[in-house]
Amino acid sequence: MSETQTTNGESATGSSSTGGSSTGSFVVKVPDVGEGVAEVEIVSWSVGVGDTVARLQTVAEVMTDKATVEVPSPVDGVVAELGGAVGDVLLVGSPLIRLGLGGGSGSPRDAQPAAAKPPPPERPRRQSEAADREADQGDDGKEEGREEGGGEGTAEHEETGDASAVRSTPRPPGVQARPHATGAPMSSNEPQPARGATSASTRGRVTPPSRTLDGKVLATPAVRRRARENGLDLRRVGATGPAGRVTHQDLDAYLAAHSESGIAVGGPPGAAVAARVARTGVTESPLIGLRRRIAQQMVASTSTIPHITYVEEVDMTALEELRATLNRRVQGDDTQTRLTLLPFLVRALTNVLADFPQFNAHLDDSEGGSGSGDGGPDVLRVYESVHVGIATQTDNGLIVPVLRHAEAHTVWSAANAIAEVTEATRTGRASAEDLSGSTITISSLGALGGIVSTPVINKPEVAVVGVNKMAVRPVWNEAAGQFTPRKMMNLSSSFDHRVIDGWDAANFVQALRAQLEQPALLFVDPIPGDSP
Amino acid sequence: MTEAGAEPTTTQVLIIGGGPGGYVAGIRAGQLGLDVTVVDAQPMGGTCLNVGCIPSKAIIHAADEFAAARAKTDKPEMGISVAAVSIDLAATMAWKDDIVGRLNDGVTGLLKRAGARVIAGRAELIDGKTARVTTNDGEALTIAAEHVVIATGSAPIELRHLPFGETAFGAVISSTEALALDHVPERLVVVGGGYIGLELGEAFAKLGSAVTVVEAEQQILPLYDRRLTMPLGRKLKRLGVEVLTGARAIGLDPTGLLVEVGGADYGNERRTLPADRVLVTVGRRPVTDGWGLENVSLTMNDRFVAIDERCHTSMKNVWAIGDVTGEPMLAHRAMKQGEVVAEAIAGEPTVFDARAIPAIVFTDPEIVSVGLGPDEAADELGSIGVEVVEGRFSLAANGRSMTLRPDQNASAADAGFFRILARADNHLVVGIQAVGQGVAELAAAFGLAVEMGARLEDIADTIHAHPTVGEGLAEASAASLGHAIHG
Repeated sequence: MSETQTTNGESATGSSSTGGSSTGSFVVKVPDVGEGVAEVEIVSWSVGVGDTVARLQTVAEVMTDKATVEVPSPVDGVVAELGGAVGDVLLVGSPLIRLGLGGGSGSPRDAQPAAAKPPPPERPRRQSEAADREADQGDDGKEEGREEGGGEGTAEHEETGDASAVRSTPRPPGVQARPHATGAPMSSNEPQPARGATSASTRGRVTPPSRTLDGKVLATPAVRRRARENGLDLRRVGATGPAGRVTHQDLDAYLAAHSESGIAVGGPPGAAVAARVARTGVTESPLIGLRRRIAQQMVASTSTIPHITYVEEVDMTALEELRATLNRRVQGDDTQTRLTLLPFLVRALTNVLADFPQFNAHLDDSEGGSGSGDGGPDVLRVYESVHVGIATQTDNGLIVPVLRHAEAHTVWSAANAIAEVTEATRTGRASAEDLSGSTITISSLGALGGIVSTPVINKPEVAVVGVNKMAVRPVWNEAAGQFTPRKMMNLSSSFDHRVIDGWDAANFVQALRAQLEQPALLFVDPIPGDSP
Repeated sequence: MTEAGAEPTTTQVLIIGGGPGGYVAGIRAGQLGLDVTVVDAQPMGGTCLNVGCIPSKAIIHAADEFAAARAKTDKPEMGISVAAVSIDLAATMAWKDDIVGRLNDGVTGLLKRAGARVIAGRAELIDGKTARVTTNDGEALTIAAEHVVIATGSAPIELRHLPFGETAFGAVISSTEALALDHVPERLVVVGGGYIGLELGEAFAKLGSAVTVVEAEQQILPLYDRRLTMPLGRKLKRLGVEVLTGARAIGLDPTGLLVEVGGADYGNERRTLPADRVLVTVGRRPVTDGWGLENVSLTMNDRFVAIDERCHTSMKNVWAIGDVTGEPMLAHRAMKQGEVVAEAIAGEPTVFDARAIPAIVFTDPEIVSVGLGPDEAADELGSIGVEVVEGRFSLAANGRSMTLRPDQNASAADAGFFRILARADNHLVVGIQAVGQGVAELAAAFGLAVEMGARLEDIADTIHAHPTVGEGLAEASAASLGHAIHG
C-alpha cells in the first residue's frame, strides 16, 4: 500500500476561474442560472469525495424556484470536497464543489479532502453522509478519527499550503485508510440549518430501500433471511446502506424500535405468513427540493389569502357528447392529441374572463403587506393575456406548468399544448418558462376528483378552478316528469376574498357553467353590448 | 391389482426424482426432522451427476490433457516435449465412471445420514397424496405422503427427423451416449451450437475427431453476446472445428447428416456432412410424462409446472423444483430450490429469491455470466431511464493468464476478458461476464458480488490476490470507474 498522498491545492483554491496548475485544485461555483435567481438548493450530488470527474460530467443538481439545473464540471479532476449537503441552500457564486487536479503518483481515490479557508464555525454539516459511510464500512471510529483527523481539527495546519506537511502516519498492516467525507466544510455565507440529532442522523441518511429491476428489495442474502425469520417485510425497513441497501444495522434499528412496544414483531417460528404486528418506526426525511418549494408556496398562499370557495354542479352531458364526436374525427391522427375536458374548460375560462377581467390577475401584496397597514398599498395587476396554470402531479410532487396565451388557442391547439407542457413537466424536461407566469390556475384530479375540493390559490393569482369527478346522476327533468340520467360534475373554485366578492365569484362560476352546459356558447362570438 | 389390499407405506415427504433438486431437498428435509422418501430409478444425482455436468467435465478435462500432450509431440511447449501420446477412450470412460460412482455413493450416503429413505424405482402419482412405485427389483408399492415434491428434471430434446438410434453410417446420439462412447468417432457432427454441443464437440475435437457444428442461429451460443463468444469461436477454428451458422439439419442420408445452409450468400445450399456419429444437442425438455401428471391437476407455465416463490404448485402440498419448473435449467438453481422446498414444508419462512444464478460454459476458453448482459442491461435500465456503465479488462494483460498459455503468439483478443456492468446512477453491479481460461471458478466471486448488491467501488476497493486470473474483476471494476491500473 502506497502512502497516502494529499494533493495540495491551496495555491489555486479561491480562484475559481483558472485551473492552470496541473496539480492544484479547482473550485466550481454555483452558476448563475439566470432569471435573477440569487440562491439555489442542492437537490442531489452525482459524485462523492474521491470520485473522478470528467470534464462536462454532471456533478450536482441544483434547484431554483422551480426548475432543476444540472451543474457540469468544466474540468477533469477528483472531487476533494463538496460545498454542502443535499438540501443546503447556497448563494449564486459560492463554492459548490472543489476538485483536485492532476494528482501525482497516488491513485485518485487516495486524494484527501484538504481543508478550505477559513475554517467556519464547526458544524457537523455532512454528518449524515459521513455516518452513512461508517455504517457501511463498520469502521472503527477512533481509527477514523486518527487517520482522517485532517477535517476540522487540522484545518489551519493544512491551510498553510505546505505540501510536505502531509500526514503519512504508518498504518498497521491490514488497516487501510479510506478517503472520508468529514472534510471541513467550505465557507458559505449562508447560515446552514443544523441537522437534528436523531437516531436517523447517527445511523446515516435513511431512505426507502432500493429495488432491483424486478422489484426486489436490495439487501444481502443474510439480511433477507433474517427479515423473513422475523416476519418482516423489507420494504418497510428504512435503508442506510450503499445504493439504498438495507443493512443489518437497519434491521437492528427496526427491530429495536418494534420490540420496545412489547408486542411481538414476528410471527411464531414456522409461520409462513408474517403476523400483523404493531409498528412504531419513524422515518425522518427533510423537506427538500420541490417539496420544500411546495410547502413554502402553500403556507404563503393560505396564510395571506382569505380564501372563499364556491361549489356548483354542472351538467356536462352535452359537452361530453360534443367531445366524443370531435375525438372520433381525429381518431388515428397521431398529430392531434385527443381532447380531454381541459381544453374546453380553458376555452370557457378565456370566454368568461373577457367579462370578468379582475379574475385574471395577480395581487402583489409585497409592497405593503395586506392588512398590516405599513408601507404602500397592495397592487392588483389585471392581465389581458390568459396564461392558464395546469396543476400537474409528478413523481416529485405538485408542479404547475403553464399554457401560455390560452386566449389565442383553439381547443385543438390547446389540447396539444397542454399535453406537451404537462408531459415535459412529468418527465422533468420543463423549462423555467414552462413553469412560471400563470395568471389563473385549473386544478383537476380527473377520476380522483371527488365531490368537493378546496383548492389553494396559486399565489399571487386570485382565482383557481377545481374540477371534481364526473358521474352519471339522476336529474329531475321537469318537462318529461321523470328523473333522467345526466353526466354531472362539480366545479370547486377558490377566490382571493380581498379582491373578489362572493357575488362576483358566484356570477363568474355561473357564467362558466352556462358555457359548459351549452357548449355551443363556447364557440359563439360575444353578443355586442352584452354584459353580465 | 395385486397391491390393492396392501397397506400403503406412509411418508411425510415424497420426492420424485433424485437429481440435484430432489436429493438436496431430501437431505435438507431429513436435517429438518421430516420423514422423507426419495424415489428415482437411476442412481442418486440425476442427469447432472450421471450423464451431465460431472461426466462431461471429466471428459473435457481428459480431452484438455490429451490435447496439451499431443501439442507437445509436434513441437516443444514451455520447454516440454512429448514423444508419443495415445488415448484409450474406454479407459477414460472407466475413470469417468469411477468418479460418477463415487459421487452416487456419496450422495446416497448423505441422504441416509440425514435420515432420508431412498427407493430405487419409478414413481407415478395416483393423486396429489399417493404414488404407485415400481422398484427396480419389480416390487410394487403404494406410498401415501403428506407432501409431494416433483423433481423429475429434464431430458434431451429428440428431433423427429433425427431420431436417436443406430443409422447406416453409425448413430444419432444425445449427450448421454456421447459421454459413454468407447472410441473417439472419426467424424462427429454436432447439431445445436448451445453450451452442451460446444462443450462436447470441442472436447471430441481435442480427442481427435473431425467436428462440424450445425447451428440454426447466426452465431454459436445465441443466448450470449457476440463479443463474449468471439474468443471461443476463434479457438474452435484453431482446433479445426467447422462451425456452420444459419444452418438447418434436415435429415439423414446413408453417409451422414443432410443440412441446408441458409442465407442469400449460400443460396440455400444443401450439403451432406459425413459422420460416424451425429450428436443432437438442441436443448432439453422438462420431463412431464411418466410420473402421473395427468392424475393431478397442476397449473402449467408453458411446458413447465408452474410454482410460486416457495416452489409450491397450484395443488395443496404438491411442490415442484428443478428443470421441470422452468429456465434456467441448471443444477445449482435446482439445488437452491431443493433447500427452499424442504424448509417451506418444514414451515420455515423461506423463499427462492436469488438475484444471481450464474451460468457457465465449460468450453476452452470458459465463459461465465451472472446477471444481465450488455443488451439486457441497456434495455432494462434504459426502460427506467438509467444509463449503464461498463468496464472491461483484457486477460492479455494478466500475468497469471500468461503463465497458463503455452502459446504467447495467440492474438491478445483470444486471451479473453472480464466485463462488469453497473447502473450509472448508483454503481450497483447488475451483471458480470468473463471469457478465458480458468474463469469458470470465478462464478463464485461474480455471484457473490451481484447477490450481495455490490457496487463497483466495493469490488474495485477489495484486494484481489496476485497473481490470479481473478484480479481481472477488480481491474474491470476500476476501469468502469475510470482508473484501471493495468488496463
